[in-house]
Amino acid sequence: MMHLLAAVASFGLFALAFGVLLAIACRVFKIEGDPMADRIESLLPQTQCGQCGFPGCKPYAGAVASGESEVNRCVPGGERTMLKIADLMGVEPKGIEEEATAPMIAFVREDECIGCTLCIKACPVDAIIGAPKQYHTVITDHCTGCTLCIEPCPVDCIDMLIKPELLEHWAWPLPDTHRAQKAIERKGQHAPYTA
Amino acid sequence: MLHTLLKSMGIGGTFSGGIEPEMSKITADSSIATSMMAPLYIVPIKQHIGEVCEPLVSVGDTVLRGQKIGKSQGYVSVPIHAPTSGKVIKIEEHAIPHPSGMGLPSIFIEPDGKDTEDKSLQPFSDYRNTDPAELRERVRFCGIAGLGGAVFPTFIKLLKDQRNPIKTVILNGIECEPYLTNDHRLMIEKAKEIVIGIDIIMHMVGASKAIVAIEDNKPDAAEAIREALNELSLPDEIQIEVRLLPTRYPQGSEKQLIEALTGKEVPATKLPMHVGVLCQNVGTTKAIHDAILLGRPLTERIVTVSGTAVPRPGNMKVRIGTPMRFIFGQHGLDDFDGIHLLHGGPMMGEKMKSIDIPVVKSTNGLLAMQSATMKQAHQLEQPCIHCGHCGVACPIKLVPNMLADQCRNDQFEKAEQYNLFDCIECGCCSYVCPSNIPLVHYFRYGKGQLAQISRETSFANESKQRSEAREARIAREKEEKAAKRRVVREKHKPAATNAETDKKTPDTPPSDEAST
Repeated sequence: MMHLLAAVASFGLFALAFGVLLAIACRVFKIEGDPMADRIESLLPQTQCGQCGFPGCKPYAGAVASGESEVNRCVPGGERTMLKIADLMGVEPKGIEEEATAPMIAFVREDECIGCTLCIKACPVDAIIGAPKQYHTVITDHCTGCTLCIEPCPVDCIDMLIKPELLEHWAWPLPDTHRAQKAIERKGQHAPYTA
Repeated sequence: MLHTLLKSMGIGGTFSGGIEPEMSKITADSSIATSMMAPLYIVPIKQHIGEVCEPLVSVGDTVLRGQKIGKSQGYVSVPIHAPTSGKVIKIEEHAIPHPSGMGLPSIFIEPDGKDTEDKSLQPFSDYRNTDPAELRERVRFCGIAGLGGAVFPTFIKLLKDQRNPIKTVILNGIECEPYLTNDHRLMIEKAKEIVIGIDIIMHMVGASKAIVAIEDNKPDAAEAIREALNELSLPDEIQIEVRLLPTRYPQGSEKQLIEALTGKEVPATKLPMHVGVLCQNVGTTKAIHDAILLGRPLTERIVTVSGTAVPRPGNMKVRIGTPMRFIFGQHGLDDFDGIHLLHGGPMMGEKMKSIDIPVVKSTNGLLAMQSATMKQAHQLEQPCIHCGHCGVACPIKLVPNMLADQCRNDQFEKAEQYNLFDCIECGCCSYVCPSNIPLVHYFRYGKGQLAQISRETSFANESKQRSEAREARIAREKEEKAAKRRVVREKHKPAATNAETDKKTPDTPPSDEAST
């Protein structure tokens, strides 16, 4: 009986001591914010386009980190981003439902613009400049191609254009050897993602 | 066998790795011809590594030969000059020698046939008593960029830097690419100018020693330079030595040449000046001579026109901007059906998509090959058998087969960790591969993808900053509005309470709270 009591008491003491230690550690090593969400956010393309159903890249990263959303919702990020997020989260990769388009930029047809500033307010990255009753224009180097300015425009004077390919941004394609083609084919067949 | 082994280990006055391809220098004995006047010159606004130029002329202007027609923007840039006198007929985008087949804005000049020169630049005939900074400015103004093919702005290298003093100037007369003979012929025909050019460079950087490095398959060039040295009898404190090196590709690569000559290896992220060496190409040295002693900007260069499809191969002095079709026409080639056009040598040159492109500052060779005689090797890529030949041949000591695997399987970050960016794309690995794997092509693909990833990441970071700044601004504006509203409310509220208290106690004087 004595042995039993001693065991219970000593375990109880240990539990109490570790509890106190953990409580202190929890205070001392407290981490602000969600590190997982931050890491996911750093992988996202930061277009702030909202195509994922969340109002920006940060909210989506938070939703993925907490498991509320799938890893395949980022359309502009494409497969590369999806694979990285899935790898980080340790979950199965999933196919992206929407086809990724070529990189786009917004273009304001200035002679039709009435200077209402609605697109300026809609732009998530401040890439449109202008003032009330003045023509607005898009800073092409800053535009992420999110299309959020299209809908608020009352006179429909914003076009989405395909981003022109620059000579210095040109990259060599994969060699067109049969073996390289085969490798691409096999990669496609390997681990088919299910949406 | 032992010889090869020693060579591959970098013992015996050469660099490590490398190959000995068939040289096919069929134009070595044909002297430099001068190209006829082309009906039209097309001058792209960027022909060097760095920033593009801004056109200084507009349509309808008349220009003189050597007149500056493009202003450089930024430090790593050099201006461009009119190749002949004539009229600017248009400025629009035109294809340039680039593997993508894409174009750049170009200035189209219709010659007037008189070839009148712009004589506004005064020669510095007494260059030894001229301030090196002044000479450097002249080299920059004359648009000189490395004519060996890399076209890096030359003036940047010609800096008298106290922290990294240049002890040795190396004149690169190696020309290790098969087929190309333009430097070879230039050394034979313009030896004197080249030697004076070396003297100018030595004065500019404050070096007292120079080595003219020539491969042993060009003994006549070495002889010509030696003769010029004897004839010119330079002062005793200037030591210029001609050294013959065993023929081996890619000895003409700057870092490999320095290793072969001095035994010093230039570290991956460092420049030759960090080991006290300056390397200049033969053609560039001749251009420096012309700029300083003749006051003549860079408007022409020597091009080797060769290849299995050219009936009369040769070396030719060509103005920058001459259409390639016109040059091949002078060598008897008019029909381009079934022909591969290479810009540069067979090892490092790039296959062009079209024949309608102009000669630029980097054009050291134009090779037209019969497609049928070209080895269709790369179509026959086989699995890697891990023989290790590529690793032995690599002058940078990389592991090409592993890097190619990583690039093929999109493991770009891993390839970067294994120093993909140190690859000089010399093509030795592809040349020795028994499985015909186009290794260099995979590296170029990997490098391009990595560059794109880094561009996307930095754009994402910028966008994030802008978006955060916008959110902060909106929050601040909201806060300011709320504060304003509070102030207004405060203004009215005490007044109302005062009014109430006034009603109740009319005797008390109104509090001054409302007025504040």
